[in-house]
Amino acid sequence: MVQISLDRKITAQPKEQVLTQELEPEVDIPLYEGRRKIYPQRVKGTYRTIKWIVLFVTLGIYYGLPFVRWDRGPHAPDQAVLIDLANGRLYFFFIEIWPQEVYYLTGLLVIAALVLFLMNAIAGRVWCGYLCPQTVWTDLFLAVERFFEGDRRDRMLADAGPWTLQRSIRKAGKHFVWIMIAWWTGGAWVLYFADAPTLVRELATGTAPMAAYVWIGILTTTTYLLAGHMREQVCIYMCPWPRIQAALTDEHAFNVTYRYDRGEPRGSIKKNAQLRLEGLPAGDCIDCFQCVNVCPTGVDIRKGSQLDCIQCGLCIDACDTVMRKIGRPERLIAYDNEINIKRRLAGLPAVFKPVRARTALYTAVIAIVGGFMLYTLATRHSVALSVIHDRNPIFVTLADGGIRNGYNLRIINKNLAPREFSLSLEGLPSSVVEIVGLPIGARRVIEIGPDQTQEIRVLVSNYEHAPAASTPIVFQIVDTKTNERAQARDYFRAPQKD
Amino acid sequence: MSADRNKTIDPVTGVATTGHEWDGIRELNMPLPRWWLWIFYATIIWSIGYWILYPAWPLVTTYTDGLLNWNSRQAIMDDMAALKAQRAAMVDRIQSSTLEEILSDQQMLSFARAQGRAAFADNCAPCHGAGGGGAKGYPNLVDDDWLWGGKLEDIAFTIRHGIRSTDEQTRSGTMPAFGRDKMLERPDILAAADYVRSLSNLAVAKTADLDRGKKVFAENCAACHGETGKGNSELGAPDLTDPIWLFGPARDTIIEGISNGRGSVMPTWRARLDDTTIKSLTVYVHSLGGGQK
Ligand code: SF4
Ligand code: SF4
Repeated sequence: MVQISLDRKITAQPKEQVLTQELEPEVDIPLYEGRRKIYPQRVKGTYRTIKWIVLFVTLGIYYGLPFVRWDRGPHAPDQAVLIDLANGRLYFFFIEIWPQEVYYLTGLLVIAALVLFLMNAIAGRVWCGYLCPQTVWTDLFLAVERFFEGDRRDRMLADAGPWTLQRSIRKAGKHFVWIMIAWWTGGAWVLYFADAPTLVRELATGTAPMAAYVWIGILTTTTYLLAGHMREQVCIYMCPWPRIQAALTDEHAFNVTYRYDRGEPRGSIKKNAQLRLEGLPAGDCIDCFQCVNVCPTGVDIRKGSQLDCIQCGLCIDACDTVMRKIGRPERLIAYDNEINIKRRLAGLPAVFKPVRARTALYTAVIAIVGGFMLYTLATRHSVALSVIHDRNPIFVTLADGGIRNGYNLRIINKNLAPREFSLSLEGLPSSVVEIVGLPIGARRVIEIGPDQTQEIRVLVSNYEHAPAASTPIVFQIVDTKTNERAQARDYFRAPQKD
Repeated sequence: MSADRNKTIDPVTGVATTGHEWDGIRELNMPLPRWWLWIFYATIIWSIGYWILYPAWPLVTTYTDGLLNWNSRQAIMDDMAALKAQRAAMVDRIQSSTLEEILSDQQMLSFARAQGRAAFADNCAPCHGAGGGGAKGYPNLVDDDWLWGGKLEDIAFTIRHGIRSTDEQTRSGTMPAFGRDKMLERPDILAAADYVRSLSNLAVAKTADLDRGKKVFAENCAACHGETGKGNSELGAPDLTDPIWLFGPARDTIIEGISNGRGSVMPTWRARLDDTTIKSLTVYVHSLGGGQK
């Protein structure tokens, strides 16, 4: 019977040896692919250290940020980062975003996407290996697993052996801590949507809103499942990014690469030492499988770049350790690319081209979008005015022969105190401006509450003999105390002159 | 299964094929991950639960109700009830306030304008236009010329009872068909038309006999439109001296009006809209711009 290996990532036989063979009909190819459990081994080194730092910083921000306070005065929340859905406000330190300003969010998303592209153009799927939440939480969960169940070998042995009391206790401990972390992950999430200390108190006393419990439940479950159980499967089967980045990458991007120019032909230490003595070609790779053992997605990087590789660099650390032990130079596996391998084989020096058309373009667009956002943020006013001209009718003739246009003005007061604005009109000197609801002849002063918007209806009547068909006008509101002002342009329409 | 006979191992990838072959292209057997399959089964089970709990299967004249007794109609009713409850306080205030009070209170005014705008779009816009701009024969509600008066009470009355409608208290007033009913001779009609145009400073031909027109007007039209042609909102008789014309100021149009009469209709809304809606609608129309004090 032919042995079909579903474990093809590691043990697929060299191409040449597999012939086209007829399978016996009773060979049962399963409907599904069973999971090949991966037992990543502990590793130390440069990239592992970077990963620990990134992990502490990002998780520290995630869990701690809701508790950072920011004083905004008496009428506003004092939480530095708060998404206030009920009132449609988003607070981010000194920035307060209104619903009509979601373009800041759009800008952030555009920048985020382009940074991802840029990272990808420089170092492939590096986001996946260091910053992706799936990676960070999986790393944390793996550390917990190691704490309770030991390293790769212990875990494999235990899983292969019988259930003992000790094994059960260790597993139980691991799952308990996992669930605690998952639960606190969901808990931290909801804290971004309400005053954190208050919500913590409410959660502790069981008086928090239902939505909080539901979200904590959802996120506890997903964190526990995704980081504890699904791990690399999320990256390989569920995440669209590897597919997208495969289409975005180019030959200059630095990916974790096995330098086969140095490594091949691989063989055991003894064999390769012997070959060298005989003056025959021998590679540095001693086929120790350390790079595969530490890989969180089970990749054998020596087979070339693969979709499953998340660019975490742990195989580099593992191989470096081996190289140091056998006294060969480090970085047999390194962030590198095919171009350089080919160049080295041809005796040329390696090239490093971070500035290319695409990286320059991404950087330029990021700078433009970012600059635009900063500009709008810096020139933002605490009062805004927008105007909508009546469409039907665009103008009316009055009984006394005047021409009148109607407008709906919306005034936004972003201050956290009530304010008074006076309205004036420029561009049409001989006209009567009237605010519906205010007595005619009254001073045109509008009061607006703190952090509120108000719509007013304004009628402009003109008694010139024959006003132009379209006259540009400007509405202006002025804070009666601070003189801060906002303007909105529109037109005054009149019948076409014959 | 004969296809099984073709199951081979693909030489390039070393992976088994499914045995399916199209035009020489064979399909690798890349099975789904197990958890994926589980999710698939879970969705099937979910759907069965759904069929039992919610309305799902069509029967000949009805459908299965589902154990939860949930239906989308009830869901909408509940939403509407919730909305009503949420608005109740404001609706009560509008209910118990006079139209003037609503107009002079910013909070009530915004609410009434919002409610009125929606009611206007549903009920009035087909004739009066989305913004109340009117059309030929359908009054413009944005200007300040009113056939039946533009004060809050006048507008409310017109909306409630309609014009020449089926309501007992409806506003009525008719422009007679002077030509068709042989009350005036053709030359008199022409003269009257020219005279009316001259009242609002519209150009008239040099040959027009304005004296004759004036006489005809005094004898036939002044009763409703007034000695000076200023109109009478008690009778819905338009002001003929202003530049606003319901059917247009063209001479032929005016001749047509005198000859065959006019009598547009507006329905009564009191049967269809509740009192607060009519109040809001009144305030909305009043605030469009033409409302009189
Ligand atoms: S860790 Fe280095 S030496 Fe060992 S198998 Fe991998 S590439 Fe070869
Ligand atoms: S192959 Fe190396 S870089 Fe890629 S995922 Fe595995 S350990 Fe990380």
